[in-house]
Amino acid sequence: MTLEALGFFVAVVIKAVLFSVALLTGFAYMTYGERRIVARMQWRVGPNKVGPWGLLQPAADGIKLLFKEQLQPKEAKTFLFVLAPMISLVVALSAYAVIPIDKDPVNIFGFNIEPWVANPSIAMLYLLGISSLGVYGIILGGWASNNKYALLGAIRSSAQLISYELALGTALVSPLLMVGSLSLRDVVAQQLDHSYLNGDGGWLILAQPVAFFLYWTAAVAEVNRAPFDLPEAEQELGAGYHTEYSGMKFAMFFMAEYVNMFTVSSVATTVFLGGPGGLPVDETQGLVYRLLAHGPHWFLLKVYFFMFVFIWLRATFPRFRFDQLMRIGWQFLLPLGLINLGVTAVGVAMQWKSYQFTIAVMSMLVTLVSLSLLNRKPQHH
Amino acid sequence: MDEVIKDLIALGKGLSITFRNMLQKPVTITYPENKRKFPARTRGRHVLHRYEDGRERCVGCLLCQGTCPAGAIYIEPAENTSDNQVSAGERHAKVFDVDLLRCIYCGHCELACPTNAITLENNTAIAGYTRESLLIHKEELLEPKGTSTLGSTQAWDPKPPSTAPKEFDGSETSSAAVGQGNRPSRTKGAGH
Repeated sequence: MTLEALGFFVAVVIKAVLFSVALLTGFAYMTYGERRIVARMQWRVGPNKVGPWGLLQPAADGIKLLFKEQLQPKEAKTFLFVLAPMISLVVALSAYAVIPIDKDPVNIFGFNIEPWVANPSIAMLYLLGISSLGVYGIILGGWASNNKYALLGAIRSSAQLISYELALGTALVSPLLMVGSLSLRDVVAQQLDHSYLNGDGGWLILAQPVAFFLYWTAAVAEVNRAPFDLPEAEQELGAGYHTEYSGMKFAMFFMAEYVNMFTVSSVATTVFLGGPGGLPVDETQGLVYRLLAHGPHWFLLKVYFFMFVFIWLRATFPRFRFDQLMRIGWQFLLPLGLINLGVTAVGVAMQWKSYQFTIAVMSMLVTLVSLSLLNRKPQHH
Repeated sequence: MDEVIKDLIALGKGLSITFRNMLQKPVTITYPENKRKFPARTRGRHVLHRYEDGRERCVGCLLCQGTCPAGAIYIEPAENTSDNQVSAGERHAKVFDVDLLRCIYCGHCELACPTNAITLENNTAIAGYTRESLLIHKEELLEPKGTSTLGSTQAWDPKPPSTAPKEFDGSETSSAAVGQGNRPSRTKGAGH
């Protein structure tokens, strides 16, 4: 092994550890933030006793979970029962490897630091593949528990994942067609280096608003968050697939859920909101302009905005019924995604500019809405 | 599809409601630091009252013990003597025990009392680690020497409720007396 290869290997390991630690800390404080924000939306205060403003609450929760008894049902399949939460967490963490948190490598003290763990040319495929693996953790956990409710939750989860993976895929293919690359670094560069009006750049949410909406809806369903949290519907299934889990094994499922939220938020940021891009200023004019133009802080800001939206949705909406869930997935999201994909494909073939995509997609939406209004069945009151 | 569009509009409305409510001040009263003002007629822990000269109001008549539906009160009366004039009448309560675990806080004892000696007051922080600690005796029930209050007796006196609606500050017998429920008044458009 050459010295350079060794250096690269060490750098990747260090970055992977840093990303994991950051994600797990982020998870801990998201639980705190979620409880505080949901509390405020319900006119309550939320956890405010442990430490200043309750900031040590995640630490207290962690200690509690660590020291809790690890229960296991008598008839459970021990190997799979232990393996399932590990799959969930490992898969959730490894999905983050391909997310770029800045545009270009940074030169600090003579070291060329790349702001991503890995930059494969098939980053988007890797993300989709890895995020589908996450359901194995859920379904194995639900099955190995030997509990009816856990199994029902797991089955719901797999049905939901299959239904929404398609919509998620079609929603992501449209912007990727415009970029012409599966590499997330290319996606970011395309959005930041070209202008919206003159070329095919600009944040892709401007050119692909429908795809963004579809992606976000499918993503919420993909990470099993309210209002799509049928796999862990407390009122119907106990706690769904993690009914029989306690202590640190439960905490791993919990971590996986939040890390998945971070991942889909980051993908939404990267693909639709220009990733680490900030204000349109000339970055060569000094450090301040460089920081205003792009950087990890912009990336974090956008990701945390999406995390807030997750919490906001959870505080607002009641859970969907299962037939409603399936209807939204198959009869609304998927057809709309396919039509949107068709319009985008035509645009790419005709080499439209970004604003032409916006016009086309929005007129497609208006056409569909007016068609559906014309086709409205008579209402009986 | 048109149903879906209608649903989407409804979703937007829902989101705006939660967002507006997030900017509201919480109604929570963070308990150990801040305590809410109870209405004057709140039936909490019992208090035995004294006259201004320090003598006990309780004359050991056993009416409260008799009326108590839960059998929570136990009294042993004793004669007052000229050198030991504990209460105003002929007898006084030598032993006055209340079992707070049996008591249902109905207030019949204070209604039965002919001398306004026992009242239920605003102390609702009643908790203990043992059953014995929740069986309280005369020493804990009596108000301290030198004080002479009537407690909630005044609150139960019929008094015309004030007509002008105002903020409930605990001085009235109930928040309904000032024209509102138990919740503090809020600004308009708070989501309900």
